Amino acid sequence: MFEHEFVRNAWLAGTAIALASGLVGHFVVLRAQVFAGDALTHVAFTGAVAAAAAGIDTRIGLFAATIAVALAIGVLGDRRAGDDTTIGIVFAWILGLGVYFLALFSSRAGGGNGLLGARTLFGSIFGLSAADARLATVIAAAIIAILLAIARPLLFATVDPAVAGARGVPVRALGLLFLVLLGATAAEATQAIGALLLLGLLAAPAGAAQRLTANPYRAIGLSAALAVFSTWAGLTLSYLIPKLPPSSAIIAVAAGVYVLAFLASTDLHGLGRRLAAPLSGGTET
Amino acid sequence: MSSSALPLAGLSLDPVSDFQQLTAFPFMVNALEAGTAVAIMAGVVGWFMVLRRESFAGHTLSLMAFPGATGALLIGLPAAAGYFVFCGASALVIGLGSSGVRRHRGEESALTGVVQALGLACGFVFLSLYQGVLAGYENLLFGDFLGITRGQVLTLAIVAVLALCGFALVGRPLLFASVDETVARARGVPVRGLALAFLLVLGLAVAATAQITGVLLVFALLVAPAATAQQITCRIGASLVLSVILGVAITWAGLALAYFYSEPVGFYITTVAFTIYVIARVTRAVIDHSTLLRRRPEIAEAHA
Repeated sequence: MFEHEFVRNAWLAGTAIALASGLVGHFVVLRAQVFAGDALTHVAFTGAVAAAAAGIDTRIGLFAATIAVALAIGVLGDRRAGDDTTIGIVFAWILGLGVYFLALFSSRAGGGNGLLGARTLFGSIFGLSAADARLATVIAAAIIAILLAIARPLLFATVDPAVAGARGVPVRALGLLFLVLLGATAAEATQAIGALLLLGLLAAPAGAAQRLTANPYRAIGLSAALAVFSTWAGLTLSYLIPKLPPSSAIIAVAAGVYVLAFLASTDLHGLGRRLAAPLSGGTET
Repeated sequence: MSSSALPLAGLSLDPVSDFQQLTAFPFMVNALEAGTAVAIMAGVVGWFMVLRRESFAGHTLSLMAFPGATGALLIGLPAAAGYFVFCGASALVIGLGSSGVRRHRGEESALTGVVQALGLACGFVFLSLYQGVLAGYENLLFGDFLGITRGQVLTLAIVAVLALCGFALVGRPLLFASVDETVARARGVPVRGLALAFLLVLGLAVAATAQITGVLLVFALLVAPAATAQQITCRIGASLVLSVILGVAITWAGLALAYFYSEPVGFYITTVAFTIYVIARVTRAVIDHSTLLRRRPEIAEAHA
């Protein structure tokens, strides 16, 4: 299947994006910021349609929107109180803006908005050109390099912010930088996986890895490996089954990996007892 | 006013003629009735959702209406059946799964994230299999209030009444369990069972709401009225009532604006909701700040 150029492009971009998503996703899950990740990936949609409505390159809109919202969440948000409500309201409104831009774009382009919307929401990894794939790889490499450079202090600041702050680690600045990296990852991956599906590649490999091992470094590596595996398997599956969209196949494999990890790491007797608990009055001892 | 003779003459300063224009067509009456039922339910359910900090679960459940609708289309069932089946099933998975996790909050939300992405991926597969509706997927995601039938209004009203009856029955223990889980459990309140029941009602409510606002924008009606009400007052009954009133007002304003102007209804509903929230938040901050300024001498005195 590597005879086709579009497949080679998809594998190159897909691998780079999966590595970045797996690494960033590990910290997203560890820092309990999955909802922020969700918001940033959905906001990418608004960025892309706004750029299309204004007639500029959608990639500029993607990165501008996600990084701006990442900064806003980082500056305004407070990790303890009411954070998810604020994120929720802001991003519901930004999605509403996305609808407005989509209507604006379609009235200008004469009703041809179905394709733009579908590509932004669900990705089109087999539609990437060689130049797109190379650019995606370079951006992913930059994200990975920055993340690995700050991995140790970020881990410290995540696990115990108070002690890290006392030891002179710039906890707030690291949190902000991490959100910007998350935003850049979201913008980057939207072209391939789609704004609606990307969350799976952030949450599933990382969640699976953290269920399988408690060692943070092993979990980071495992998360990246699982993300790459899901992407490869998904791309192969959708190549073999033409009706299956590639982004859905990737997310389905990632979710399957997560379910296996969940079952493998759950003691089933305990789970059965807990599941029975709510039915039988449910006071847990 | 001569404009009242012309149904689409635009918004005027006379509320009576505006109202007459708004209700001139049956489709608009259906939309307003359905919107009111949905807004009342979303106001109550959303109030508990914000209190329990389960916005992410609420958002995920609302997105599950998308695979529900496309899946139902694919096998030829009415879309409403798909909405309720998928939202209910996801609520069960999230509720049961996260009661098996509980190691820390990040893992719980990872599970929710996986459910969300997998559901949307399924929806996209259904959509690709059912070729030919690609033009219609936007109405699914972003709402379409023009095609609401009498039957849908009736279904929505029944669902709203059922959900409100449920809250009337378990409202007190649910409130207790939401505010202080540990004490509630010690007093013998079935905390886990209530959490699961609440997620199920949340799934039911978003499945109903998604039919009006679209899958992506349900969230605005769930979270914004409740969060605004909780900014304005911390008294339980008052903020619950306020949340319902705000929800209905936002829905009516959004529908009316979409009727008189050409932009999509989802855009107006989210924008009105967001504006009201920002006003409430800023007002609250100003009041808190001025109270602090006024009391600063007293506080300094007390510390001295």
